[in-house]
Amino acid sequence: MTGMLSMGGYGFYIWCSYGALALAIVVEVWSLRRRRAQALELARMAAEEENP
Amino acid sequence: MTISWFKYSAPANFYPLAGRMIPWFAGAAVLLTVIGMYIGFVVAPTDATQGEAYRIIFIHVPTAWMAMFGYCVMAGWCAASLIWNTRLSAMMAQALAPTGAMFAFVSLWTGAFWGRPTWGTYWVWDARLTSTLILLFLYLGYMALRAAIDEPRRADRASALLAIVGVINVPIIYFSVKWWNTLHQGATISATAAPKMAHTMLAAMLVMIFAAWFYAIAVTLHRVRSIILEREAHTDWVRALATGAPAGQAGRVGTEASR
Amino acid sequence: MNERATFAAPAASATASDADAVQGGETVGVLQAVRWACARDLLLALRSRAELALIVVFFVLVVSLFPLGVSPEPQLLQRIAPGIAWVAALLASLLSLPRLFALDHADGTLEQLVLAPAPLPALVAGKVLAHWLTNGLPLVLLAPVAGIQFGMETDAIATLTLALLLGTPTLSWLGAVGAALTLGTRAGSALLALLVLPLAVPILIFGAGAPESVAVGLGAQAHLSLLGAGLIASWVFGPFATALAVRIAYE
Repeated sequence: MTGMLSMGGYGFYIWCSYGALALAIVVEVWSLRRRRAQALELARMAAEEENP
Repeated sequence: MTISWFKYSAPANFYPLAGRMIPWFAGAAVLLTVIGMYIGFVVAPTDATQGEAYRIIFIHVPTAWMAMFGYCVMAGWCAASLIWNTRLSAMMAQALAPTGAMFAFVSLWTGAFWGRPTWGTYWVWDARLTSTLILLFLYLGYMALRAAIDEPRRADRASALLAIVGVINVPIIYFSVKWWNTLHQGATISATAAPKMAHTMLAAMLVMIFAAWFYAIAVTLHRVRSIILEREAHTDWVRALATGAPAGQAGRVGTEASR
Repeated sequence: MNERATFAAPAASATASDADAVQGGETVGVLQAVRWACARDLLLALRSRAELALIVVFFVLVVSLFPLGVSPEPQLLQRIAPGIAWVAALLASLLSLPRLFALDHADGTLEQLVLAPAPLPALVAGKVLAHWLTNGLPLVLLAPVAGIQFGMETDAIATLTLALLLGTPTLSWLGAVGAALTLGTRAGSALLALLVLPLAVPILIFGAGAPESVAVGLGAQAHLSLLGAGLIASWVFGPFATALAVRIAYE
């Protein structure tokens, strides 16, 4: 396990790289879900304005 | 029986189709990532010169490639939107841009963290990194121009023209940066050159490229669905979808049930 | 504003026939349109001479900042001079670009040009030509001054001047497309810079590379040829791309 973490001494660079990608993916997926929720909410509010 | 593909150029029809496609691409991306990481970290050997540090290549090259490929695909959608005046093509370009920019940024970041242990500095002005940096600016310019124009169709067309001018320039930029780099550095070795690739290293990298590709497709399809909802918010089918009420017959395009 | 309105009306001037034709509704030829648009823009620019001088002063100022910020050491300055001159030229062009279309857009003249019976690419080419004559050409003429300030050799200065002569018109076209795309947007010149500068990188590389190459003793033929190719390409495709961008702004 420590071998995985240290990766022959290059652990910092490897995990900073993979970590950045993982973070970017998490942020992207999170923002996608948020965007969809907001779009649905806006449409719902607009629809209810028309037909109260 | 022939499939009428043109039916899917209407946002209302593409929306449910995209929704059905997302899980397949997302699942494939996850599967390929697991396989690629396994091959890359468990199967592939340690490199003689770079040690374990070379393993960054399994995400550096895929993200760099996707950034470049993504821009070309985006420009393709832009060209389609200008030639055939289709809204959905412009929406696909709009959906692709943030992911392409993300890939470009991560490519630069991983390039920096690969360069530090192998070449001593976080940043080098080598041809590929510098071109990717300019590519990131091109993506950001596209997104900024879109954001600056309020009217959606005008934003579509203006940013489409920008993307097309950009994609024509990308090979010119790459060529000029490469030339500039070799002239000044003298060495023909790129600062982040790949090690002599064992078969397993190459396999892992290729698997990860496909993983990145399928991820990009899944994410872009998800984003375009939100864009469709935003831009078609005035239509009946979106209203029905948003309020959860059954869609009325009037105003529905095509025969696909909205999901 | 009044000056612009009175000029637009047919007057007893050398370009009266051109002006008549463009506004009169007859179909106008390409060269006529170019001549008319160029003459009009030149006259308007000459009426605000202060703005022209501003670009020149800006260029000299930016160039002078680098020794202050870096070091006055002559050898270093001689090496970085071409790059500095080019970066200053890029920034100076960016300063002046919004004005290419913004003023006409604000008072409705640009819309009239879009609707005019003259070919829009030709009208646009006339405008860009006038823009280059008032903004690019002064920089070309100032290049030797910058060269001397940085202690460049004579042949390097000559190459720098030639490179700027070949490259600045292309910059004008890249900027014209950018300016047309950003017409009427709230974003400032930062957006225009973001759009134009990445595309201008090849011109910067070859334009600055030419005098550097001469200074080292190698020839600058490759650089100058590529700049020349860019010049031709930009004058062939630029008018159409810019006209399309202007039309997009008016749909």
